[in-house]
Amino acid sequence: MNASAPTVVAEIEIPISERGPSPRKVIIGYGFWLFLLSDIIVFSALFAAYAVLSGRTAGGPGGVQLFHRHAVLVETGCLLLSSFACAMMSLAIELRRRGWMVAGALATFALGAAFLVLELSEFGAMIARGAGPDRSAFLSAFFALVGMHGLHVSIGLAWLVSMVAQVFTLGWRPMVIGRLACFGLFWHALDIVWIGVFTIVYLGAR
Amino acid sequence: MFGKLTWDAIPLHEPIPLIAAAVVVLVLAGLMVLTIVKGWWPVLWRDWITSVDHKRIGVMYVLLALVMLVRGFIDALMMRSQLALAAGNARGYLPPQHYDQIFSAHGTIMIFFVAMTFMVGLMNFAVPLQIGARDVAFPVLNSVSFWLTAAGVLLVNVSLVVGEFARTGWLAYPPLSELAFSPGVGVDYYLWSLQISGVGTLLSGINLTTTILKMRTPGMGYGRMPIFTWTALASNLLIIAAFPILTATLGMLLLDRYLDFHFFTNEAGGNAMMYVNLIWAWGHPEVYILILPAFGIFSEVISTFSGKPLFGYRSMATATMAICVLSFMVWLHHFFTMGAGADVNGFFGVMTSVIAVPTGVKVFNWLFTMYGGTLRFETPMLWAVGFIVTFVVGGATGVMLAIPPADFQLHNSLFLVAHFHNVIIGGVVFGAFAGYTFWFPKAFGFRLHDGLGKAVFWCWLVGFWLAFAPLYALGLAGATRRMQHYPETGWQPLMVVAFVGALVILAGIVLTVVQLVVSVRARERLRDASGDPWDGRTLEWATRSPPPAWNFALLPQVHGLDAFWEAKRCNGGALAPAPGEGGRPIEMPRASALGIVVAFFAFVGGFALVWHIWWLALVGLGGVIAAGLTRAWQTEHEFEVSLAEIEGARG
Repeated sequence: MNASAPTVVAEIEIPISERGPSPRKVIIGYGFWLFLLSDIIVFSALFAAYAVLSGRTAGGPGGVQLFHRHAVLVETGCLLLSSFACAMMSLAIELRRRGWMVAGALATFALGAAFLVLELSEFGAMIARGAGPDRSAFLSAFFALVGMHGLHVSIGLAWLVSMVAQVFTLGWRPMVIGRLACFGLFWHALDIVWIGVFTIVYLGAR
Repeated sequence: MFGKLTWDAIPLHEPIPLIAAAVVVLVLAGLMVLTIVKGWWPVLWRDWITSVDHKRIGVMYVLLALVMLVRGFIDALMMRSQLALAAGNARGYLPPQHYDQIFSAHGTIMIFFVAMTFMVGLMNFAVPLQIGARDVAFPVLNSVSFWLTAAGVLLVNVSLVVGEFARTGWLAYPPLSELAFSPGVGVDYYLWSLQISGVGTLLSGINLTTTILKMRTPGMGYGRMPIFTWTALASNLLIIAAFPILTATLGMLLLDRYLDFHFFTNEAGGNAMMYVNLIWAWGHPEVYILILPAFGIFSEVISTFSGKPLFGYRSMATATMAICVLSFMVWLHHFFTMGAGADVNGFFGVMTSVIAVPTGVKVFNWLFTMYGGTLRFETPMLWAVGFIVTFVVGGATGVMLAIPPADFQLHNSLFLVAHFHNVIIGGVVFGAFAGYTFWFPKAFGFRLHDGLGKAVFWCWLVGFWLAFAPLYALGLAGATRRMQHYPETGWQPLMVVAFVGALVILAGIVLTVVQLVVSVRARERLRDASGDPWDGRTLEWATRSPPPAWNFALLPQVHGLDAFWEAKRCNGGALAPAPGEGGRPIEMPRASALGIVVAFFAFVGGFALVWHIWWLALVGLGGVIAAGLTRAWQTEHEFEVSLAEIEGARG
């Protein structure tokens, strides 16, 4: 106890910015955060486009005629619960409990897939009634923004499958645990984007 | 089977691109044969193509930029010679549809594949050395970034032979770039090439930002970072914030062209001006992504060759970050003529002029650094002084363009062309050459030939003024950009002067190649054994030249700004190692073929999408995924460099 005390004092005296290279784990997490920020900027460009074009229905149907808020609420519930399941999975990973991790991953996957099925059926119904992305600038912006989010969810699901496979074949290596942490960040970020979509696109429908 | 691709795509009736392509293919084939015959292939593969060493990747970026500089400059020569001829009733030798492709390719190549590539290369090479790191944060990702850039370059060059390039200018404004008005593959080549290389640039930005913020050697707080590292930080933050906008915007145009969306079309409520706003929300920060690292290079060069610390280090770092933020608030000055109204134009006019303030701070800092210093006019210093003089004029004409009523007259005229070449050549290109000359001895252990280097500088300086001063006058007289011929014969003399200027720059480019060849042949005479040929100030000069793969055997402990300069004054140049350093082997990342494999499949996919060969696009996508998954299951990412090997490299 006494032997370690001086180094603790020394660490406090050195400003954080002068303490030298960060551990690998911090570097990976930091890089992934930066990636997520850049990804959110892609979404913000699509949000901006949606804001500009949301009134440009070119004589076609508008959001009020097309969206079913109840269905979207269920969709939203699926995605948020899937994030909760993902957080449970992270706890299981902290404890290195593979069984619980797989259960969390299954729940995350099932809820994410349910979200996608609901979204795709919404898209399908809209296209079937002639309200596809080629109908108007408003619908172009809608399909691009919501579709981009859906594409991210799909990629996330594929990533999750690969991560479960990595846990089974490679075990709890730092490399695998780091990637699982990045997956968690990614999955929660998609929730944040979706809250924007739900508010601006569905609740703000005209 | 092959989508839109037929034999008609090869322009057999147009001799110029065909001959150019034949020469390029022959040179490449010759190099391949030479490599195989001489048995260089294993070395090339192991030490360069699959290398994840930031220094080698930086060198490859710079080499790629120099090659593309030649390509982009040939375009420039063709434009200038066309305009020297096509006055009055004359029509020159380039038909309009060809001329339009040339100016589009020139802009695209010069910005994305010369200026950008050159700067990313120099940052890759120098930043980890300056901050006392052994590599970047994600070395394999770095290799992926480089090869994705190379894939974009390849796609642009393939368009020379197979099909056509865009005729829409370097930013491909809709509605002209929409399917209705550009039904060919030119715009698709443009879009896919920029999407692929753009991903590479974004990843590189994330990589370098993480490196600078998280991997500095002990003691190097923010107030002790070399100024080039500061500017690299600002530039890479801008990449992270701006390039996603480019990706999203070009993605929307792709959706318009491929899936009948209506973002920017004339019909169905599309809004073309939204594209122009979005593309400049990326495009204006982009010019600072290019110029800020150049400012950093000049700061290092001027301080080194004045034998003085940089005047106003803190104000320099502050000005850099101020420009970083302000660069996002001025995009509308690129299209004051959109008709946004007096209030909006007034705001953006003022914001644009405000940028001149931090830039002016920088100029005075450079001047005061030189004042009272012991000046040595080595080649990098010539570039720096030439830059200050040239760039100030470019900045002044920029402030003129920032005044909305003046801009209504000057918009899209040759005056604008002269202005942005004034800042891009006078700033970015001069900075690139200064950095190239400055760090070349560090990269290879011998200097570039001095006399030839000075000749290159004078050719560029004189050539630049001859080529672009007339364009200012012509622009004020009403000559517009992108015109293929003009009725006003009175403009011809100045057009001829501009062409002569381009020929002088050509001499500079030829001399650059000559300088490289002469220097390599005379490398024993030009060798620098000290590792510190310029009496440098920052950490990159503390290690030997070329540095070992691990850069520093012992990470140095830094106590202040200009750490190596201080060590030379107080300690005979020996840097104290950080506590706890040494006595154990160094872990270094293993070489990886991931970069070239991913880029190969990205290229295949991009080519397939241009030509609507859907099965091949799936092959490209599948290849990228398979390469990623293979990497995900690899567990041996590092190897140990033994103490004996580290000691051996020291001796």
